[in-house]
Amino acid sequence: MAEFQKVRARKKFRFLDALEKPIEVLIRLCGWSSIIGIAAIFLFIFKEAAPMVPKLDWIHFFTSARWIPNPAPGNPPSFGAWALLVGTFATTFIALIIAVPVGLGAAVYISEFARGKGKETLKIVIELLAAIPSIVWGFIGLMVLGPIIKGIFTAAPGSAWGKIMVAFHLATAETGASQGTNLLTGGVILALMSVPLIVSLSEDALRAVPDSFREAALALGANTWETVRRVLFPAARNGLLAACMLGMGRAIGETMAVLLATGHNNRIPEALTDPVRTMTATIAAEMGETVHGSEHYRVLFILGIVLFIATCGINVASDLIVKGVKKANQS
Amino acid sequence: MNAAPVSPVAFGANPFAPSEFERRKVRRASRNKWLMFAFCAVLVIPLVAILVDIFVKAAPVLSLDYLWLNPVNKGKEGGLWAPLVGTFYLVIGSLLFVAPVGILAAIYLNEYAKEGWLNRTISITVTSLAGVPSIVHGLFGLGAFVLTMLPAVNRMIADPNHPETKWEGGLLTASLTIAVMNLPVVITATREALGAVPQAFREACWNLGATRWQAIRTIVLPNSFSGILTGIILVVSRAAGETAPILFTGATFFKWVADSGWDKLFPYNIREPFMALSMHLNIISTQISQMPEVMKFGSAAVLIGLILFINSFAIVLRVWLRGHKRW
Repeated sequence: MAEFQKVRARKKFRFLDALEKPIEVLIRLCGWSSIIGIAAIFLFIFKEAAPMVPKLDWIHFFTSARWIPNPAPGNPPSFGAWALLVGTFATTFIALIIAVPVGLGAAVYISEFARGKGKETLKIVIELLAAIPSIVWGFIGLMVLGPIIKGIFTAAPGSAWGKIMVAFHLATAETGASQGTNLLTGGVILALMSVPLIVSLSEDALRAVPDSFREAALALGANTWETVRRVLFPAARNGLLAACMLGMGRAIGETMAVLLATGHNNRIPEALTDPVRTMTATIAAEMGETVHGSEHYRVLFILGIVLFIATCGINVASDLIVKGVKKANQS
Repeated sequence: MNAAPVSPVAFGANPFAPSEFERRKVRRASRNKWLMFAFCAVLVIPLVAILVDIFVKAAPVLSLDYLWLNPVNKGKEGGLWAPLVGTFYLVIGSLLFVAPVGILAAIYLNEYAKEGWLNRTISITVTSLAGVPSIVHGLFGLGAFVLTMLPAVNRMIADPNHPETKWEGGLLTASLTIAVMNLPVVITATREALGAVPQAFREACWNLGATRWQAIRTIVLPNSFSGILTGIILVVSRAAGETAPILFTGATFFKWVADSGWDKLFPYNIREPFMALSMHLNIISTQISQMPEVMKFGSAAVLIGLILFINSFAIVLRVWLRGHKRW
């Protein structure tokens, strides 16, 4: 009895334990934070854009390439975002053409072929690549890659290389690219930015395939490559697809890199080395100069809504794809 | 049915020699292995070359003075102190907002939430929030914090007769914007760290009579501390490098900063615009004419160096963590 009382006497009042109820409420509130965040983003962007939504000529917006927000006095402004949409999709397309094979290949190598130290080193390097900020990528495109690409796509008028470039839509003029910052530079930079994401997500998808699949394939006499090609790719198909989609989402939403590296020229590109302009770069470049509340300002917010819906759609779709696989594997 | 025909083995020949089919198979496998390796090399080697190139071109200006002096003449001379310290306060400010909310949200998702539509919805919103483009976060910050929150604050506390007491877009609004952007990163990283603590630990704790919160506080959080810290470090590096969200929410290209004294360490007021390293790099490499190349490369090299430095912390921590895992 005495022993028991001693223990009781030593029991201290613990501040953090007494707060259990309020802390639990706080935790539950914070659990909602991401829902609140996404709702607030939509709400506030829509709030700024709303007065323009009924006034905007939507058909013109999606089909005309005439983006003249600040016309000469007396003329009406023209908000045709077709060239911006084309610019966004062209750079994303070029980025994906490069990033998907490289990313999947690198993921397969890291996950299935590399061993020990080499594997660890590659993973760390890929992770560091993912950490490089987009403004630095833009800087690389502007100052390092741009001059290289301009050097490659330059020819004397009338030379064979110039004719080849025009014939294959590599450049619009026989003299080659007019500037180093163009569609190709932007695409390559975006590819380099989305590859680390594709690699790490694809590697997760490959690692999620049970080892028994690999062992079964090896027991049937397949070598590592055949296992990858015939067993792992089909088994991890949805995860790999989701990785590529998230890479695409990142490429569409990237801002600073394309602002610096694509040349920022509002027209439909006809060749690989034409300068283009994307939706994100337009917002970043023009928002600082607009008057708050003007039509131009609100149209930039509408561009933001388009981007928001596009990337959210891609993300939710890839999420559903991955979740669908998990469910199928469990049953 | 379609078994490969067994080739007749000549007398004296090696009966175990690989057939043409098998040799082709081996060749293809090794060729593809090298192809995959080439993809890794294509990714890594040019990038390392580019980074080395940037550092070599920046070498003439890189020195401690370059970090310690303020920019002079639109950044054409002098150093990077003012933008560096601005980035530092931006990171601290955004962490103050995002770390508690993100960690508590992850605790809710991992420890409290039951499988169901709510949990599912929250997971989807976390993924979507992670995918929102940074420029859209910038627009959100402009609409929500600069144009909605600040006027409300000004109505309450600013004195209309003294314009200097007015709150403008600055450290506070930019930190909030960056915090919203990093929320999904903190939630995902923390959730992973919490999920790595074995369920048996919690059950043992509950069986000793602990409540849910006591189990979290005394067992789950201490055991996942390093994992959470790794996530926080990654958020720091992301916050330090982002440009698009702070373009319209408080960052500015030039703000006067004292050259000595305490004011040099605490130069910015949270209600006034501030300088940031990423913004500085953006402006000097695109907007200022006759900017010396070496200053552009210098700023880029400092930003890259800063990010790689922060990230290597996270990597070292994770390797250490793996070595000291107790279960």
